[in-house]
Formats: sequence, structure tokens, C-alpha cells
Amino acid sequence: MATLLEVRDLKTTFQTAAGVVRAVDGVSWDVEEGETVALVGESGCGKSVSALSIMRLVAPPAGRIEGGRILFKGRDLLALSEPEMNAIRGCEIAMVFQEPMTSLNPVLTIGRQLTEGLEIHLNMKPAQAQARAVELLGLVGIADPERRLAQYPHHFSGGMRQRMMIAMALACNPSLILADEPTTALDVTIQAQILELMQSLSKRLGVAMLIITHNLGVVARYADRVNVMYAGRIIERATAAELYANPRHPYTLGLLRSVPRLDEPRRARLDPIEGQPPDLSRLPAGCAFAPRCSFRVARCEAQAPALAQAGPGGHVAACWESARLVTKAAA
Amino acid sequence: MSEALAERSNGEALLDVSGLVKHFAVGGGLFGAPAGVVRAVDGVDFTIRRGETLGLVGESGCGKTTTGRCVLQLERPTHGRIVFEGTDITGLSQQDLRKVRRRMQVIFQDPYSSLNPRMTVGEILAEPIKVHGIIADPAKRELRVSELLEQVGLLPQHARRYPHQLSGGQRQRVGIARALAMEPSLIVCDEPVSALDVSIQAQIINLLEDLQSRLGLTYLFIAHDLSVVRHISDRVAVMYLGKVVELADRNALYEDPLHPYTRALLSAVPIPDPKLEATRERMVLRGEVPSALSPPSGCVFHPRCPIAVDRCSAAIPPLREIRPSHWAACHLA
Ligand SMILES: Nc1ncnc2c1ncn2[C@@H]1O[C@H](COP(=O)(O)OP(=O)(O)OP(=O)(O)O)[C@@H](O)[C@H]1O
Ligand SMILES: Nc1ncnc2c1ncn2[C@@H]1O[C@H](COP(=O)(O)OP(=O)(O)OP(=O)(O)O)[C@@H](O)[C@H]1O
Ligand SMILES: [Mg+2]
Ligand SMILES: [Mg+2]
Repeated sequence: MATLLEVRDLKTTFQTAAGVVRAVDGVSWDVEEGETVALVGESGCGKSVSALSIMRLVAPPAGRIEGGRILFKGRDLLALSEPEMNAIRGCEIAMVFQEPMTSLNPVLTIGRQLTEGLEIHLNMKPAQAQARAVELLGLVGIADPERRLAQYPHHFSGGMRQRMMIAMALACNPSLILADEPTTALDVTIQAQILELMQSLSKRLGVAMLIITHNLGVVARYADRVNVMYAGRIIERATAAELYANPRHPYTLGLLRSVPRLDEPRRARLDPIEGQPPDLSRLPAGCAFAPRCSFRVARCEAQAPALAQAGPGGHVAACWESARLVTKAAA
Repeated sequence: MSEALAERSNGEALLDVSGLVKHFAVGGGLFGAPAGVVRAVDGVDFTIRRGETLGLVGESGCGKTTTGRCVLQLERPTHGRIVFEGTDITGLSQQDLRKVRRRMQVIFQDPYSSLNPRMTVGEILAEPIKVHGIIADPAKRELRVSELLEQVGLLPQHARRYPHQLSGGQRQRVGIARALAMEPSLIVCDEPVSALDVSIQAQIINLLEDLQSRLGLTYLFIAHDLSVVRHISDRVAVMYLGKVVELADRNALYEDPLHPYTRALLSAVPIPDPKLEATRERMVLRGEVPSALSPPSGCVFHPRCPIAVDRCSAAIPPLREIRPSHWAACHLA
């Protein structure tokens, strides 16, 4: 399979009163055609800013992409003019935002929000766009689509709005969808409906997906490969099967251990990661996870480890003590 | 049912809720006429024994928070009895209620919005102790504040900080300390870890468990994360559209759920193991959660139920004790 998106050494910062926030601090990752890749990590680690950087939607003047390349089908998105980028945004690359109500226009009908993009990006005639809009709503499982087109977003339930966002994302046949916490605001039974839908659409239409989430269960069920982020950097990457079976970074191991699981006997006590996530405007010189890490050695505080091979299938981890985790994880 | 449960329990009932109903009239109809009634809680019974944790799960809008608010008498129930430490508190005067309220505290989901941003942590903790006359002497109060901070894993110097100078997990610890300041017997925990990072959630859950065993606390633990609820609860009640549809001991509920909605909920929880997920059978429900403004006839779950029969749309299934201590409201259970 060909590589669709290559992010190389991406750096995005924000100027704030407290100093420079290194939200994305030199990350590199890929998405292959038709593949589902997950980006996981805790709140504030730089997941949304990564996706916004790809769309070139990082808010200036505070926010700035300082360096790196974003190659989409071989073209560097960071080198495109704004009109060229506009043609890609919402068309070849679509984004599904976490909170659908903020990205839907409350005063436009559902139908108009779908047809607008089709008329602008694909030069469709109104009747043609209308027919495609009906088809799209049907595709995402909204019953009675003709009648629904005349309604407004506030007539839709949370789950229906989320499906509407997916319909809008699919409108111009994108080859990549960036889904930022697509189901976090939804109930578990609705979450299951939406994720099953996205997975079947991606399989059927061959759309690649980047799923941003902090839910390790969602990742296990839907992702082919996983990037784990901590404090603006990728600290581990592997296929989903490999990552869960053989985590090689203490943060990944800690995350997997800290959640109670329905498939395992109930433990008397949970095993949390002690301490607090770091402040991105005051990152330590060495490994950002070192202050919370039970595998820490002297070197960790002095020097940040780079991603290095840790297992089969492109498994990499950024940890000096990665080798010590092999036996630990098996125990 | 609450009587039968209480009889069988060895422990003493700290809280007994029976026939709880809370309806909200909503306006917005034509010419300002009420558009209808939201049946937020529609006939709920449960008992919580002293020292136990009852988990309350169910999807958004099913009435969990309203149930908790009625227990705390922050909301006056439309019908029903709430017996707390032997007294029916639904009919109490404001003055009598004040004394009872001290013994029941609440921890909210959003630790930030529930703390006064203009007060230091020390002031936030000292104020209720002073207002309720628990400790009159300022020096002793300060000692108590330090003790509370220590109990929730914070340091004495945190007393001088403002809420915005703390992390989410630290703020939630302050929320817990504030509840403990009143020396309650019951704490209603309304989604206490949902807003926290995964790596911090486990810290707070462990803290709640430690405090329970140390201080003999009783919890009504409201959450939508079924894995967390299984971990912390002794018994679990599952709500759907204002009603309890299943109530059982933790193990019975998770290992042998009797209500089709409970089964659907459990199968919707993705498990962090790709190998297992690849082969796991999923039960994806059709449709959306219906509105509490116009609940479906008969069993409220029947429009989404995979096994519904004719009877389900006609008759309301009562909550029945299908096995000892295992209750379900399903015609087919
Ligand atoms: N406009 C902004 N100004 C200043 N800092 C910002 C801005 N947007 C994001 N940041 C900072 O950049 C970092 C990364 O933020 P980002 O939104 O990518 O986090 P995230 O991983 O998506 O977290 P969450 O899981 O909470 O959505 C955070 O520390 C955040 O505070
Ligand atoms: N003050 C109110 N006025 C009108 N309706 C209300 C009021 N409070 C709650 N409701 C309605 O009552 C129902 C139950 O709400 P409640 O907040 O108890 O649900 P919940 O189970 O806690 O949901 P969530 O998981 O989203 O917190 C909902 O339909 C809600 O819209
Ligand atoms: Mg985000
Ligand atoms: Mg609630």
C-alpha cells in the first residue's frame, strides 16, 4: 500500500503569557492508504494541534507551525498557497470535530450545509447536489433523508449530528478523514453505532482515517496502528496488536495497567500512574515522562531518548530502558 | 422491593429510596403553554446499606443526576419517600434539612466549576466548617484543613493556592476534601472521574476506596463508564429513561445480566485488547435513546430492544426479583 500522508518533524508552538508552549515538538508519523491510525495520549499532549496543523488551521498569531513537512500524496501541504490548501481542506482531507454543534451552522438547514460544499468543491448543479445529499444521509444511517434535509441542526439528536458531521466529511469523497474524538460526547451505545458505521464506510470506500482519542478500548477495536503521544512527542508506535501485547514505553504500559477492564477479574486495587502530566511550557531537558516513571535511571533526566526499534512490524519506542519492559510486560 | 432487599441485607440500610418520581414541566409551547412534562425519574426504588457503594449507570439523560439531586434534596421529588438514617427527609422543614444535609455530601464531575475561583483552597475547605459550626476556633480549623488536605493526598501548602493553580486531578481532590469536611456518612459521587485523564482516574478511584474503608463512608456512585463502576461498586443499578431496569450484586450484573439493555451496554464497551476485540460479538442497538418528554408505551426500551415481542409495547414490566437479590424489569427475563 502507498503512503498517503507523511508527517515529518512537525513542530507547532503557541506564544502564551506563561511562555512558549511546545504543543507538537518534532513528531513524525504516516498514514497508509485506506488505513486507520490512532493518536492517543492524555489531555493537552498535542493530539488536536497535530490534526489542526495538518489542516493548517492552527490559530495565528499565537499558534505557529515552526517547522517540518506534511506530505500528502507527495505534496508538502505547508508549501501550498491558501487557495490551494482550501481545495484540499474539506475535500481531499476532511475533519470530524469533537463537538458537532460548534462546527455545524445553526442557521443553515442540514441540506444546505451538505450541498454547499458539493456545489463549491465539485461544481455540482443544485439538483445534483441535492440528490447526493440524500444519498449521503442515507449512507450514515439517517432514516427518511429527504425530509431531514429541510431541518436544522437543533432538530437533530447528538448522535444524529455526529452522523451528519460524518456525512459532511464524506461529501467530496476524501481519501483521508481526521476524526478528533468523534464519539467522546456520545453515549456508549450510540458511540458503538457511530464507530461501527465509520469502520464499515472506511472499509467499503477505502478512506484512510486518523482517530484521535484517549479511549484505549476504542483504539483496540478500530485501529490498525497506534501512535502514543506524551508531552508533544510520539513516544511509542506499533500495530495495535503489538502495542497492547508488548508495550515498550513505561507510559504506554502505565496507561494499559491503570484502566479497569471488563474482561479481566476485578482487581482489589487499581494501578495508577503517579504524579501529574507535565506543563508544556516548562518541559524538562530529558525525557518528559521521567518524573513519573518507575523505570527511571540517571540518564533519563539528562537526555531525551529518540524513537528506536522495539519490536516487529515497525514497533518503535522512545525509552532508554525499553529493554527492561519486555520481561515486566510478560510478568 | 426496597423492603425485601433491606430484609435480606445483613447491613443496616443507610438510605432507602422508594417510588421516587421527579417530573419537570417544560415551557416553550405555543403561547407559553407548557409543552409537556419531562419524566426525568419515573418510579425508582433502591436501598444503600451503610458502608456500601451502589453504582448507578445508564446513558445521558436517563435520570442519574436527578436521582442523586433528589436524594440530596437539592430537588424536591414529585412523589416518593427518601429515608436517610431512619428519617423520611422528603417532608422536612428547611431548618431540619440543614442538619441532615451535612451528613450527605456530593462530589461533582467538573471539579473546576464547582470550586469558587476567588477563594484559596484553604478558604474553600474552612468555610463550611465555620458556617455549619463544626469547629468554632480558627486555629483548630486550620489544623483540620491541613488534616483534610493530607487525607486526600495534597500538601499543607496547597491551602494557599487558588483552584486555577491546580491540575484537574488536584482540584478533584479538593472537591473530595470539601465533602469530607462536613463529616458525612453518605457521599453522592456524580461522575467524579469522567473529566480526568485516564492516568489520573485510577489515583482518584483508589483515594475514594481508601477513604471509604478508613472513614466507613457510603457511596452512591454515578457514572457512565461501566468498567469503573464494576471496579468500585458492591451493587449496581442500571437506569434507562427514568427507570431502574436492572439491579444486582456487581458480579451477578456483569457476569449474568438479565435485561437486554444491560447486555447491550456491556457489549458496547470496547475492551483494550485488539485480539479479543477481533473476535468479540457485538450487539449494536438500533435507533437513539428516546426522549423523556414522550417515553414509549409499555417497556420504555422496546423500540430499541433486539428481542421485543408484542407484549413489550403494551404492558410496563415491573422490576421483579428474578433470582435472589437480582432484579430486572423485563417481560422476557
Ligand atoms: N490557542 C492556544 N493557545 C495556547 N495554547 C494552546 C492553544 N491551543 C492549544 N494549546 C496548548 O497546546 C497543547 C496541546 O493542545 P491540544 O489541544 O493538541 O491537546 P489534546 O491532546 O488534543 O488534548 P485533549 O485530549 O484535551 O483534547 C496544550 O498544552 C494546550 O494548552
Ligand atoms: N431542571 C430541569 N428542567 C427540565 N428538565 C430537566 C431538568 N433537569 C433535568 N432535566 C431532564 O431530566 C432528564 C434526566 O436528566 P439527568 O441530568 O438526571 O440525566 P443524567 O442521567 O444525569 O444524564 P448525564 O449522563 O448526561 O449526566 C433529562 O431529560 C433532562 O433533560
Ligand atoms: Mg483535543
Ligand atoms: Mg448527570
